[in-house]
Formats: sequence, structure tokens, C-alpha cells
Amino acid sequence: MVAALAVTALAVGRWLRPAPFPEPPAAGLKLAGQPDFQETVARVDAEFADSWHRLGRTPAARADYLTLLRRLSLALTGTVPSVEEIRAAEARPSGDRIQWWLSHLFADARSTDYLAERFARIVVGVEDGPFIVYRRHRLVSWLREQIRANRPYDALVKDLLTATGIWTSQPAVNFVTATVDQNNDDEGPDEVKLAARVSRAFLGVRFDCVQCHHDKFGDRWKQQDFHQLAAFFAGTGVSLTGVRDDPAKAYEFRYLGRADAETVPPEVPFHAELLPADGPLRERLATWVTHPDNRPFARTLVNRAWSLLFNRPLVKPIDSLPLDGPFPPGLETLADDLIAHGFDLQRLLRLIAATRVFQLDSRGEPASPPAPGAESAWAVFPLTRLRPEQVAGSILQASSLRTIDADSHVVARVIRHFQQKDFVTRFGDLGRDEFDEFSGTIPQRLILMNGQLVHERTKDDLVFNAATRIGAVTKHHGAAVEAAYLAILTRRPSPEELRHFTERLRSGTGKRAERMADLYWTLLNSTEFSWNH
Amino acid sequence: MNSSPFSGTGSGGSTEHLSRRTLLKLAGWSSLAWLTPIARQLARAEERAPRGRPSRSVIILWLAGGPSQLETFDPHPGSKIAFGTKATRTALPGVQLADGLGHLAEMMGDVTLVRSVVSPEADHERAVYSMKTGYRPVTTLVHPALGAVLCHQMPDEAMDLPRHISILPDQWPARGGYLGAAFDAFKLQDPKGPVQDVAGTVSAARQERRFADVAVVEQAFARGRAPGLDENITQHRQSMERARRIMGSAQLAAFDVNQAPASQRAAYGDTPFGRGCLAALRLIEQGVRCVEVTLDGWDTHANNHELQGRRVAQLDPAFAALLRDLKARGLFESTIVLCGGEFGRTPTLNPLGGRDHWPHGFSVAVAGGGFRRGHVFGATDPGGDKKAPDKPVKVQDLHATVQAALGLDPEKELQTPVGRPMALSDGRVRRELLAG
Repeated sequence: MVAALAVTALAVGRWLRPAPFPEPPAAGLKLAGQPDFQETVARVDAEFADSWHRLGRTPAARADYLTLLRRLSLALTGTVPSVEEIRAAEARPSGDRIQWWLSHLFADARSTDYLAERFARIVVGVEDGPFIVYRRHRLVSWLREQIRANRPYDALVKDLLTATGIWTSQPAVNFVTATVDQNNDDEGPDEVKLAARVSRAFLGVRFDCVQCHHDKFGDRWKQQDFHQLAAFFAGTGVSLTGVRDDPAKAYEFRYLGRADAETVPPEVPFHAELLPADGPLRERLATWVTHPDNRPFARTLVNRAWSLLFNRPLVKPIDSLPLDGPFPPGLETLADDLIAHGFDLQRLLRLIAATRVFQLDSRGEPASPPAPGAESAWAVFPLTRLRPEQVAGSILQASSLRTIDADSHVVARVIRHFQQKDFVTRFGDLGRDEFDEFSGTIPQRLILMNGQLVHERTKDDLVFNAATRIGAVTKHHGAAVEAAYLAILTRRPSPEELRHFTERLRSGTGKRAERMADLYWTLLNSTEFSWNH
Repeated sequence: MNSSPFSGTGSGGSTEHLSRRTLLKLAGWSSLAWLTPIARQLARAEERAPRGRPSRSVIILWLAGGPSQLETFDPHPGSKIAFGTKATRTALPGVQLADGLGHLAEMMGDVTLVRSVVSPEADHERAVYSMKTGYRPVTTLVHPALGAVLCHQMPDEAMDLPRHISILPDQWPARGGYLGAAFDAFKLQDPKGPVQDVAGTVSAARQERRFADVAVVEQAFARGRAPGLDENITQHRQSMERARRIMGSAQLAAFDVNQAPASQRAAYGDTPFGRGCLAALRLIEQGVRCVEVTLDGWDTHANNHELQGRRVAQLDPAFAALLRDLKARGLFESTIVLCGGEFGRTPTLNPLGGRDHWPHGFSVAVAGGGFRRGHVFGATDPGGDKKAPDKPVKVQDLHATVQAALGLDPEKELQTPVGRPMALSDGRVRRELLAG
């Protein structure tokens, strides 16, 4: 009993006297103040303004800064911000809050973890793959290191494409070994899968459908285009010493309508002039893919970064961009900047976050809500459903007032890990298809209404649950309602909401802790909580 | 919006307005009827109702990992490929099952055994996809699983419960694919315990207050947003109401196998799979359209005989009891039971005593619905030398045949989200498998 009280006092005390908030490095803020940064932002803004004008659209007003912080936290850490973080941001001058927030997030291990996992899904998917020759977690932790160091994206991709050696000590080779057929591991990595991944993930070209026949929806791609790309992986094999290349091995394929298989030469499907004439096959391919003049590479990353921040890609589907245009506003300008600044991913994210189009509200005035089609014209911020891991992460974060991150107590982190994993499995993992539109299903609703996670995180528990803690520490009903809104919805309640819930806390039946739990449950079960807006 | 398996509203019902009689009348107007679309319609109408009323439900006993045909439905006792596996006689003269399937052997007079299923897929994930959807995986589209197609095509107003259910799902449960996540199978664990997430965690009065309070927050969120947002996009209110309907439903009792008599429970076997099969029976009785029950662990690359035997011991009593109970309750004619996995296993034994993947001739057992009773179709080579089986049946043909037995037209086209027309199945209805 004494021990329990001591723990409780500690927990409450920790919340009352938060540790000083770490100040992120100032370099990022400086970068965003540079004229060339501002110029790119202004150009993107002008392109969208022009597009809205042409389409006869009036863009929505600017969203309030709390909404913007929520969007950025969900995009980069996979959770809503903590009350502690919100308070720190509110102490900043309003002018640089967004860029300061990005500095804060980039310095945070949650972001590197989350971005590494998102990126791993692009390059190897979610499957565990052949277990002997593939170590997904090694690849993810390697990606984490690259992202933490803000390694130039072209160098990172080059590593993935050219790595040799053993899957445990050379994590980048897992890009190749992930495609080994478990049942046929003597056949080595699958050239066809690799070609499809290279073209989709790095070039935004979906031409794996011509694997079996010529393009049926246009005459751009021939069967040969695809298989010639696959031929770059012809010599890539896996043995006990790891991934090695055998230059003597050729790729053979029998094209539709031909009698016999033939040797397929390694050729690239476009911009052949950028392909080095000599060198090992995978080196040549990597140089070509990441070449600054191979613009599809830069455009594809811009589209990926965009989709990360908006939860919707600029060009749909995300892995299929036109080679020769027309391009939507912003795409070419951002690609230019990316190429000119050495494929700096953090800079790209900062640029997008600084644009007017990112900072638009997702709603209109009460009397004039967004017209149909406003979202596709990017005249309002698109309303999208949160991904399962974002929902889980947000439930866990909202139930704690302090940030749950690498510095949190190990117990809190372990609980978070398992509860989140279990929730995501049951809620439905989206797998590789990152931006499939999916509507809420009944099982998801049941999990949010009655599931263990929400129940555990809202019930009367002074040590682990913010609902109880707010209730215990904040005797003032209005302040308790406000704290719950900030923790869950990253906003303050409207006057009507404040009135309604203050009244509930004041005069409801049962214990006050129960009434706080009810408030938490209610906010977690709102549309607003489960959507990016 | 499409009808969801949680209700019967919306589109997606059978579009067939023309009865066979009407078609015949129409056909009579033209002596060139054979050349008209009407002739094709006629042929389809014939296919659709093999005998009397089409069946309406499907139970899939999913043997995940690839069961060995040689240690289950297609033993070749005494041959060199048996490697010692013995067989047992069945109620069907001249037909044997592998040792350990004694209960099922007694029921063989009610089963159609297809021993010649062929698939081009030898990779687990691709093969599972192919068996569950009837289509080969492509990168551009996700096809719906059989159960999702049935729910989409056969709506039902009266059901509170989800109509597409997966019991003991593994990592690839049946999905709604391009029909939408609303058609994904509702996942259930071992029916020994209560169904997760359907019981409220607080008193009814508190629950009501919570629901009323959600409306306050919803109102604030709706301000400045398009009217109809909830109905058309977020579907928050409907999903909440549907979820509440499930929570309050008397049909929920179907999940609780503990309400079944002890003797009945014992007949299915005291295993998660056995309880899953019993729950499947009870759910079908309530009107659920498709239940998939997974029995995992058939991927026996090492120690094949022993590991297959352990799974067989779970499968046998449950499968047999399910067939017996369906018959006893008059549900056998309206329910199709399918039992199989993503592929079979090699006729050879590897150095670890395992059998590897073999998609070139494996077995699927089908019973009930419009399928023949006591019939074996196709055969594999007892010597294991010949790769192709006699009378091969493609995976997509199984789908088309099951759909036809359910009164659906496999050639009927649905629109995918990108507007591409897609047939329910691109297989061929194998009438040889259906009762006359």
C-alpha cells in the first residue's frame, strides 16, 4: 500500500514538475530561413494559387497551429503530440512554431523509428520473408541509422541496390534477399520481384504488368522493357557467404509468342544515355536509378514525402507517375530543389510543411463547407483515415500526458510496444499498399468501443492513465475537460463542448474518475480522433 | 455504397430477373436461339440451379500450410511414394483415406473428393491467395475471397452478425479485396472464450451516456464540413450503430459453443479447431453466409508423417461431426463444405523426412450443397512419376463450380474501383462434380 502510494506520488509529481523540455538543434530553423528555401516555397505556393485560379477554386483558410502540429506528429512519429509537447510549442513565438516543431520531431527517436518502418514497407513490404537469408529487423535498424543521420536519399538507395555480403552484417542486402523464394532458395533472389520493386519504389513506374504481355493500356511498355531491367540482377546470388554477383550468369526468359527462352540483355527502359557503359551490373543500375538527371527518381521521392505529410500522395497511385507529365503543381519545383540540394529528405519535408497547401484547413466556413472536388484540387486539406498504427500510437500517447519516447520508463515502452502490436494486428495492418482508401469496418469500431486497449487506457488507474491523473490532479472541471481534449484531439473544446462536459463532470452519477474515463472514451470514439484532418 | 456483410441493404443482390421459364419462352421466338445471348443466358440459368433450391452458405475448413494429399485424402498405400503411410477403407467401396481419418471414412458417402486439383502457385502467399480468391495474384488489384463474393452477391436483411467470418485466422484470412474492407472476414479466435470486443465494458446506463456524448463531439467536427460527410465518407454513425446492433444481438449466442451439449462438443474434439467447426455449424444455422475455420501446421518440410498425423487427428472428428450435424439439422442441402489447403506435398520424401510443396495434383474434399454424394474425381499417379493428374481441376474451376452451386453466375461481371470489369470467377463450371 505504501509502495503503491509512493509510485502514485512519483507519477503525479513527475507530471506536475515536468523535466525541462529539450531544445532541438537550431540548424534546421536556420535552413528554413534561407532565401533559396523561401524561394522554393513561394514558387510552390504560386503554382497552387495559379491552379486554384484556373479551376475556379477558393482555397480554405489556414488551419490553426495545433492542427498543423497534430498532422506533423502523426506523419513523422505515428502518434498525436503529448500535452507536454504542446505546452512546449505554445511557449514558442508563433512565427517559427512549425519549423521548430519539425526540428523537435527530427531529433526524436520516435520519428526515426516510424519513418524507418514506413520506408521498409516501401522497399520490402511487411512479410517476414525467407527466414534464413532475410533479417527484416536488421534492415529496419539500418534504415533508422540512415534516417537519423539524414543520409542523402540517393546514397541510401544506391546502398540498397548494390550491397553485397551477409544479411546480418550488411543489412542493406536484405532488399535483395527478401525476394528469395522460400521454397526454392537454390534459385536465388527473384529478378522479376526486384525489377518490380526498383521500378515502383524508386522510379514510380508500374510496369510489372508487362511481365507477361505487352502493355494493354497503352503502347509505352513492351515485355522486353521489364525483363531487361530484371536482367540487371541476373548474376545476383545468395550463398552461405552472403549476396554475391556472378558476372558470367545471364538472365533468360521466353517471351510471349516465342518458342524458346532467350538471353535477355540488361537495358534500362528510358534515359539510356544516363546508364554507365562499364562496371558491375548492379552498380550501373544504381548509378542510373539515382542519377540527378533521372527525374522520375526525384519525383517519386517527392510524391512519397507528400503522401507521408498529407496521408495522400500528390499523384495517385503512389507508385505510378507519368514519365512525361502533365505534372500537378508543386511536383517539378520540389523535385528541382531536391536534386539541387543533394536529395536531403529532411529539407524536402520542411519545404512541403512550409507550403500554403499543407497549411490549409480541412474545413470551410460553417456557411460554406468545401464543395465537391475541393480535395482533389488540393483547395482544402484532405480528410483521411488514420493508419492502424497511428490509431494505436495515438490511443497510447493520449493516455499519457508526457511524451512516450526513448526516454520513457522502460515499462511504459514495453507496454506500448506490445499493446500497439496487438492492436495493429487486430485492427488490420495495411501491409504494403500504403494508401489504399479503406472505410471503417465494424470490427474496427468494436475494437475502439469495447477493445482491451481503450478499456485499459481509460479505466480508473492513477499510475498509467491520464484520464485518472487529470481527474485526480485537476479539481477544476473545465481545466480537466481542456486537458483531455488537448491530450486526445490536440485542440481545446468549443464553448458548447466545454459546457456539456463540464456539466457531465460536475453533476454526473458515479465516481469522478469514472466520469473522466467516460470523457476519454467519448473522445477516443469520435470521428475526429480516427481521422487526419 | 455496396451492401456490407453486416446488413442486407444496398445493391449487389442477384441481378437475375429472368426465370428459366421466361427465357425459354423468349428463346422460342427465334429459331436462331442458339446464336443469341438468350441461349447463353439459358445455359447459365441451367448451371445456376443444379437441383432445386441453390445452397446459400459455405464452410471452408482451411488446412493452412499445404496438407499432404498422401497422408489425407489420396493415399497410395503400399506404393513407393507412400513411404509407409497406411490407408483405411471408407463407406465408399474401393475408396480409401489415409489412416487416422476413420470418422470421415464413415461419411464418405456424402462427400465429393477431388483428387486432381492443380495450381500454378507453389509459394505459400501466392497459393493461399489463389485458393481463397480463385484468381492468381496480380500487383494491380486484390480480388475478393469466395466468402466476400457470396456476401456481396447474396445480401440478407435480417442478420445482426457479420456474415463473413474467419475462425482461428492465420496471417492471410479471407479478405474483401476490391469489394472493400467491409467484406473482410470478421476474425474470431478459439470459441472456448467469449468473442472479443462485443461486450461493453461499462454499465448500460453509462454506455448510453457515452453514445449521447459522442454526438456532441461529432457535431463540433461536422461544422464547416460538407453535409453528408458521415453517410458518404467517414461512416462513423453507421459503423457505430452496426456495432451496437451486434453487441445487443441474441444471435451472438451462436458463438458460444459452451451452450452446446457436452456430447456434441466431445464429438468435434476438444481442440480449438473442433470448437471452431462447432461454432461454424451454429453460425450457419443463424444464417451466416460463409465461415472459414483454419487448422494450421501442415507445412511439413521435415518429419512429414508424424506432423501430418497430428493435424489429421484434429481434422477427422471435427470434419465428420460437422457433416453429420449439418445432415441432422437439414442444413446439408443448403451448405457447401470445402476442405483443403493452398497446395499438396511432393510424392518424394526429402532427407529430413519432409515433403515439400506440390501444386501439381492435390486433393480438396467438397460436401453438401449441390455436390455429388460419394464421388471421387480425378487421380494422381501412384508411382509419382507422372506429374499431371488424370482429369485435372483448376483452382478457378472449383470457385466457378461452388458459385454455380450457390445460384450465382460466375461470368457475372463486377466493377472494380478503377472501373475495370471483373467476372466473379474466370473458371469453368465443372458439372461433373455436381449432382444431376
